[in-house]
Order: sequence, then structure tokens, then C-alpha cells
Amino acid sequence: MSFINDAAFEVDREPLIAELYRRLPRHCVLSDVEDLRPYECDGLSAYCELPLAVVLPENEEQVIAVLRTCHRLGVPMVPRGAGTGLSGGALPHAQGVVVSLARMKDILSLDPEQRLAVVQPGVRNLAISEAAAPHGLYYAPDPSSQIACTIGGNVAENSGGVHCLKYGLTVHNVLSVRMILADGTPVALGGTAPESPGLDLLALSIGSEGLLGVVTEVTVNLTPTPPCAQVVMASFDDVNKAGNAVAAIIAAGIIPAGLEMMDKAATAAVEPFVNAGYDLEAAAILLAESDGTEEEVAEEIARIRTVLEENGATSLKVSGNEQERLLYWAGRKAAFPAIGRISPDYYCMDGTIPRKHLGEMLTAINAMEEKYNLRCANVFHAGDGNLHPLIMFDANKPGELERAEAFGAEILERSVQFGGSITGEHGVGAEKIDQMCVQYSEDALDAFRAVKNALDPAGLLNPGKGIPSLHRCAEYGAMHVHKGNVPFPELPRF
Amino acid sequence: MEAVLTRWREIVQAASANRTGLRLRGGGSKDFYGEPATGELFDTRDYRGIVGYEPTELVVTARCGTPLAELEAALAERGQMLAFEPPGFGDATVGGCLAAGLSGPRRAQAGPLRDFVLGTRLMDGRGRIMEFGGQVMKNVAGYDISRLLAGSMGILGLVLEVSFKVLPRPIRETSLRLSLSQEEALTAVTRWRRQPLPVSATAWEGGELTVRLSGAEAAVATAARTLGGTILEDREGERFWRDLREQQLAFFGNGDVPLWRISVPANTGALPIEAADILLEWHGTQRWLRTDMPAREVRLLAREAGGHATLFRGGERADIFEPLPEPVMALHQRLKAQFDPDGIFNPGRLYRDL
Repeated sequence: MSFINDAAFEVDREPLIAELYRRLPRHCVLSDVEDLRPYECDGLSAYCELPLAVVLPENEEQVIAVLRTCHRLGVPMVPRGAGTGLSGGALPHAQGVVVSLARMKDILSLDPEQRLAVVQPGVRNLAISEAAAPHGLYYAPDPSSQIACTIGGNVAENSGGVHCLKYGLTVHNVLSVRMILADGTPVALGGTAPESPGLDLLALSIGSEGLLGVVTEVTVNLTPTPPCAQVVMASFDDVNKAGNAVAAIIAAGIIPAGLEMMDKAATAAVEPFVNAGYDLEAAAILLAESDGTEEEVAEEIARIRTVLEENGATSLKVSGNEQERLLYWAGRKAAFPAIGRISPDYYCMDGTIPRKHLGEMLTAINAMEEKYNLRCANVFHAGDGNLHPLIMFDANKPGELERAEAFGAEILERSVQFGGSITGEHGVGAEKIDQMCVQYSEDALDAFRAVKNALDPAGLLNPGKGIPSLHRCAEYGAMHVHKGNVPFPELPRF
Repeated sequence: MEAVLTRWREIVQAASANRTGLRLRGGGSKDFYGEPATGELFDTRDYRGIVGYEPTELVVTARCGTPLAELEAALAERGQMLAFEPPGFGDATVGGCLAAGLSGPRRAQAGPLRDFVLGTRLMDGRGRIMEFGGQVMKNVAGYDISRLLAGSMGILGLVLEVSFKVLPRPIRETSLRLSLSQEEALTAVTRWRRQPLPVSATAWEGGELTVRLSGAEAAVATAARTLGGTILEDREGERFWRDLREQQLAFFGNGDVPLWRISVPANTGALPIEAADILLEWHGTQRWLRTDMPAREVRLLAREAGGHATLFRGGERADIFEPLPEPVMALHQRLKAQFDPDGIFNPGRLYRDL
């Protein structure tokens, strides 16, 4: 796999490095190759690139100093949190500087009365919930990387998690940010009072993948911790039945706190790893969680049970205690490492589709397994239509990596044909830049470029990511598919 | 392309060519709101109808000219709702609802309108039609232009279609009323906010705090016992929240005195003000003031409480929204110039210079 960054710059390395050392304390600048190596990739390790330098500012003034310097010298800047992203959003630019926010990791304040926390961008997602726990509060979005990923990265990617159907994504849980524009100008977006005046630039900045600014402070909303939670685990002998059961739960007016599906390949990989008691005979299992007061949970679990039984669940288990609940979830949360145990490499996709197409999608993926001669396990945020197919391959076997990439691209393009998206929560980054040409028309892409132009006219923030350049789509256009208008749909495309 | 849109494109392109303003208008229910509207009237009601509604996907897509009441009736038929409870103020349309970005009482629990925007279809100043977001719950491909359009007062383009996330109606709703002073009410709502209680709306006025509980039967019943007060008849409760949402309560009918909306952070105490009638919503974070105080003083009051003020109705229709800091206004101007270079869409409706 290789990523061709088509945003070219000409940067003189020596004057840049000298200038960075002048602006920042010595220990905040890395420029030796061995020091740069750990930053050559993010969670998508197939893409690697060495930057000219890495800077680790310790406060907002230093961030501003770095951005001003890079802006003046015309140097690309790539913001980076913990580097856990899965789409190559923090992949360095060969002519650029990586701006790591990892050292800005203080929780500046936590106000239980206002139910908010003000944190620096390098604070880990889980650290916020840990700090809030003594007050009976937590930070709701819980991406599976929450032990390591930072809130700054969450803002850049608009991260979700397994509870976002009920509790929302990052955009629903962030009240305000301080963001430094490409030229070093600080702006405050959003606020702790509702309905901030003017255009909703906060919503625009969230999920902008580091292309519009560098966030230096985030104010998050905290949620009261539900006193009780229980999970139902249901087996199905057919994935379509499981998909229908999900729709039936929603139709019954229930919004579960979590609603996850795993197919047989996923449970088979996970069960030996965690012994969660998953039904290995089932074609798919569903996990549906209810949270709230004890009465609320009892009432909702009873309703969920009824719906699942009516929709052909072959067996049902309800967690009897907290330990059991966590065990049921442990398998789901361990899905990625479990796949990593049975396959030398895996490629995690992130398409979303309207739920009603789930059965068709899984059937299509089965066919692709044969076509590309690779196995695929599926875990699915069923409640919000976000599918994570895990394509298993061996990078050491010639051609497998390329086949995995083509497999993934076909899944994403199929997601778009079903009326969905190429990315539900991992971001476009470097990885899905070409699929943007599939999901969006040239006019819509032009509007994205207009936004970029308004906020970063010099195009220095994370260039080459997120939004494809004009000529990139033209080149990809040879096999351009837009919204289901496949030319010659009967022909296989490799 | 539909005939209406072909015609609209011609109007938009002609307006751009001549640099003449278009005043986008649906049902005219919010003519009173925002900076004075200028430009040639552009009626969006020719493009109407629900184009997609799948209750099990929790998504509804409607054209801009669709009456909000029609949309809400379709949702109610399937036991669902727009959880942000937008005011209709008469004949509101879906397009105007998105552009004004107003939310009603349930915002306190469910979140604002923009949280429920999944996708939009937009015509820009060149008459190009483009789609952003989509009909799925999660989509992080590209910038979130759909949410940028929410509350934009129509200055960035002509919104043709909106997809909203919808939610099931609560199984049970019960409203109750407690006699409390403003300070006591603020203390109570701040305390409740910290607890996992099914409080979906609160409103305090004239010594009475009205609370709505929404959720599972048992949870609502238990919470009602915990909170105390007098339980309202279901119909009386429903009428109260509808009248609050539509500003039909007696509080809002008070003649020509300007109506201000003050937004403040949670846990803000009573504002130091005598010369005003006050109604508190959203757990005290939205405060309606009827006052003749000079705009400057009202804004200062809001700012000192860490918030901001909007001259919602009446008064001198100028400087309606809180002034923006210079670098943020600069971003507004640059975005406006990118999306609408000839300045044709609702010129001056959000801020005079946009």
C-alpha cells in the first residue's frame, strides 16, 4: 500500500529547522531521523512517511509560534494527537512538520455543577471519564481506542463509539473549542451558553481532520452516569433476520444505549480469546444494551426481549450482573485484536449504510470474499448502520495487500450505492481520499474546497488529505461510480 | 431536474449576474426574526413534500417548502418526532426551520436542531445543486456543511432539502408544577441536570416551575414522586408546552415591549435585573426577558454572565445578534464570499455586512 500525496511543496529544510529551534525550547523539536521514526505513521501503519520535523508544543503560545513560522515559510503542517487514527489522517507530509499535541494533556477544569470539563487537546478520552467519575459523570463518546486516543483527535475525526445512537458523536458532546487557524490566529468557537451567535463554525471544525485549524482547548459536556445497565445477547440463524430484528427494535420506539452485531466469522475469532459465551453456531449475534434507572432498564429489557423473540432469535441471554455485562461486551471490544491473532494482518473498513440494506451488504461481502480470495469478519454498530468489515490478509504474501485494498474500496463504493457513506467514524484521511470522488459530486467537492479556502487559503494544514484535489478525481474518474450509477454493473472491477 | 428547480436556477443565476439580493422566504412565520430582510422575495413553497421517510431508519427527508406541520404530522402518525421541538410560529416550512435553527422546550434534554441534521441539498450562488451529509446516522466524509447551514439564516445558499434524524415519541409524558422562587428553581434544575432523571423540559415564570418528565412508564412515575409538586392533567401539560414552544403563553403576549433571548451557561444564578419580566427555559440556560432596557445594557448583562443576547422580537430591528469577535467575523465573510460571491442570498439577514 502506498499513498501518493499530490500536494507538493518546496521547503528548505535547514532554515525551517533553525527557525523552529529559535521559536521553541530545544526539547520541543525533533529533527533527527531516529527521533522522527515513531511519527512516520498513525494507526494505519501501511502508510508511512518521514516529516522534516516533529514539534511538541507545551502550550498554546508555542502552537501559535509554530503555525506562524510554518505559515510564513509555506510549510505543510500535520496535527497529531495519539496517532491512533485508522485513516492516515496524521500521516506526515514529506515536506512538512508534524505538530504533536501530546504534551498538552492537562484537564484545566472540571465543573460538576455545569457538567463540563475544559481540557487540553492531548488529554486521553478515557481520562476525562475517569476524572468525572467521582462526580457521577462521564464523557459519553467512547471510541474503541478510548484508552489511548486524545480528545483533540476525537474532535478532528468526530469520533463515535458503541453508544452513539443514544448519546451522540463528538459533535454532540463538545460545547466549544479554541482553535488556531493556519496563519496562527486563535479563535474561540461555540460556547458554554447555548445557541452561539453566528454560523456554526464549531460544527464545521469538528470532523475536519486537521484541515481547518489546530485545536488547543476543548470544552466537553459531561453526562450523568446511568445507575444501571443490562445487555441482552441474542442469536440468529440468519443475518437477515438479525438485521430485521434491529429494525424492529427501532420500530418499537426503543433507542438502546448500544446495539451491536457480530457475524459468525467475528464470534469465531473472538470467543477463544475472551470466553464471552458467544453462540458459535449462530450466523449472527446481537448485543442490545439498556441503561438508566433500574425500573427503566427492567422495562426496556423486557420490551427488547419480546421484539427479539418475535423476530426469530434462536436463543437469548440477559446479563445477570455487571461482570457478565462487561464480559458480553469484552468480546465485541476485543474484535480487532482477536482478528489480529488469527490473521497476520487485517484491514478495517468503516462504511455506513441504511440498516435496511444490511442483509444485502453482508451477502455482497461474502461474494467479495470469493472474488478477492480473502476472509472477512464483520462487526457492526447495527444501531447506526456503521459497518466494520475486517479483511484478513498476509502482507508477506505477494498481492494480498493489494487485493485487500481493492476489497475494501469495493465495500466502500457499495456503501455509497446503498445511500450510505465511505466513513462513519474513522475519517477520510489519506486512505479514503479517492472514494470521496465516489461519494460526492464534483460540485460538492468544490464546496468543500471553498470551505478550505476560506479557513486555510494557503492550503498548509494537512494538505493532500480529506478532500481530493481537482485533478485527483479526474484521474480516479476512469472508474468513477457515483450514487449507484455503475457503468456496466455486471462486470467485475479489479 | 424538476421544473421548479430549473426555474429557480435561472432566478439564482440571474440574481448573481445582476448582483441583486434574494429574500428567501417560506411561510413567513419568522419574518420578525433576525436583521431586516432585503432583496426580491423568493418563495420557497413551490418545492415541497416529504421525499423519504423510513421510521426504522430514524430519518426523514423533506423539501424546503414542506410545511413543518405536515412533516410533524407524518412523524406523529408513526409515533416519532423532531426531538428538538422547533417552533412553527404559524406556517413555518422545513427550509425556514433549518435556516433559523430554533429549538423548543425539549432541547434541554434532546439537544439543539443542528444535532439532528443529517444531510442537506443546496443550491449555491451559481445555481449548482450539491448534496452534503446523507440519510445515515454517521457520516464523517467531508466537512459538515449541513450543520453549518443550520441557523445560517439562509446566507450561504438556497437549501432545497433537509434530512433530519427523528426519534420515537416517549412512551409516557407527565408534567408537574412546583411553587418556587427564581433562585430555588435555578438550584433545583441544576441539581436535576446532574442526575439521571427523565426531565425533558423545564420552564419557570412568576414563581412557578413547570417540569416535563418523558420516558418509560415506571421511570416517569418514580421521578414524579421524587420531584413532588402538583401533577398537571395530560391535556393541560401538553397545552402548556405547546404554548411555550409557540410563544403563545401570556408572557409572550405583552404588547410592544422588546423580547430578548439571553443564553447563559448552566448553573448561572438569577441575573441582577429588576426592570424585566423573565421566563426561564432549558434548565435556566435560556432566559426570555421582556424589557425596555437599552440594548447595550442587556448585552452587558448577558456577557457578564458568560453568555450572549439576541433581540428576538420587537425593539429596534438592528444589531439583533451578538456581535462577533473580529477574527470570527472575518471567517464569516470569507465563507460567505466563497459560497455566495455575488451576495445574493438573504443579504444582511444574519449580520448587516454579510
